[in-house]
Amino acid sequence: MVSFKNRDIISIRHFNKEELLYILDLARRMDLVDHTDMLRGKVLASLFFEPSTRTRLSFESAMKRLGGMVIGFAEPGVTSAAKGESLSDSVRIIEGYCDIIVLRHYLEGSAQLAADVVEIPIINAGDGANQHPTQTFLDLYTIQKTKGTLEGLTIGFLGDLKYGRTVHSLAYALAYFGAEMYFVSPPSLRLPADFLETLKDRKVKCYEHESLAGISKRLDVIYCTRIQKERFADPIEFEKVRGVYRLSKTTLEEFGIKDDLKVLHPLPRVDEMDDSLDATDFAVYFHQARNGVPIRKALLAAVLGAIE
Amino acid sequence: MKHLDVAAIKDGSVIDHIDSKSTLKVTEILNIQNEEQVVLVGMNLTSKFLGKKGIIKIEGKIIDQKEANKIALIAPNATVNIIKDYEVVKKFQIVVPEIIEGIVKCFNPNCVSNYNNIKAKQHVVNKKPIKLQCHYCERIMSTKDIVLI
Repeated sequence: MVSFKNRDIISIRHFNKEELLYILDLARRMDLVDHTDMLRGKVLASLFFEPSTRTRLSFESAMKRLGGMVIGFAEPGVTSAAKGESLSDSVRIIEGYCDIIVLRHYLEGSAQLAADVVEIPIINAGDGANQHPTQTFLDLYTIQKTKGTLEGLTIGFLGDLKYGRTVHSLAYALAYFGAEMYFVSPPSLRLPADFLETLKDRKVKCYEHESLAGISKRLDVIYCTRIQKERFADPIEFEKVRGVYRLSKTTLEEFGIKDDLKVLHPLPRVDEMDDSLDATDFAVYFHQARNGVPIRKALLAAVLGAIE
Repeated sequence: MKHLDVAAIKDGSVIDHIDSKSTLKVTEILNIQNEEQVVLVGMNLTSKFLGKKGIIKIEGKIIDQKEANKIALIAPNATVNIIKDYEVVKKFQIVVPEIIEGIVKCFNPNCVSNYNNIKAKQHVVNKKPIKLQCHYCERIMSTKDIVLI
């Protein structure tokens, strides 16, 4: 039997297909109720060492809609981290003030480190370029809702595939559902070789390209990502790839696409996706952002044992 | 009588068939340098299998399988002989463990294990060829990426 009670949510790799579907099903039920008090008396500590809008606010909204309370910070400058306190010490101390921790940190592996040193559950809200599992749950939920299934889809990932943690997590999860994957990026932002190998080991049909031209007609979903300036140590390297892709209604029509194509984006977008897409039936990224609340409600309720 | 390049010990452990270049690293990993009793180290000794091999003899210390496995990444062919009164009473091969701790540096410069004095830890996801997955950042290292701490 699937149970999430007291489990850490660190990496999508820690969940099997049945567990992924369990959370999606729970989110569907959560979508039907707005406010409940199932987490009354519970406190969530929201620790964001890196900026965030959607993830942080949707977690806070989810907790409050379930009757719980939220403490925390949105940037580390106001915490003891600014005085040089280690992450391990910070989470050990904060553990005494809450029932669950949601953590975003710029170092990869930070959520696992936190989970190793505290007893209460840790939810990874993004650790550097590594994982962002709750984003993956909501991406899967959005694909399932808009395409009607997760099975056997052809997905194109576009943009920053090297540092884009949402791409890594989603590709890993979609491998359970027999997806065929096209990875489209400039050469300097290709999927890390070890990750590509992991997918191939899992018998995923995956292909690398530098353009959507010639492949766009095969795609059921395009998962577009921002090229993240903050991940580049060298600004010259960033300028070389900035604006290399710009999806618009016109470019998609020129490339040729399926009528029922859906375009997802974890947001924020900068210049990789034109406003002209927003009013089309392809665009589901605003729904995707909204789906963060039911998914996070489902995860909080399941991990805190309010739903068995 | 058989000639020994490195003198015999009465009681203790002998680590044999070490890749010669890794011999001193083995003493580091097993913290042999801080032993107070006699330690004999031989390098560049003739070996049928390795060409040149290293050997370490430690008087008065019994190395168990778990401890010996720490050297699996640098001396995968090594054998350990436990000596009692100049006789070999037990002999075992090194086995690649499931988890490697405090031996290999994560190759990802943005991994949390490279900060705050955190002990590096990897899960062995493949033994031949060796592939290690960082416990923290999940990146997978192959032999070419392995740097010992």
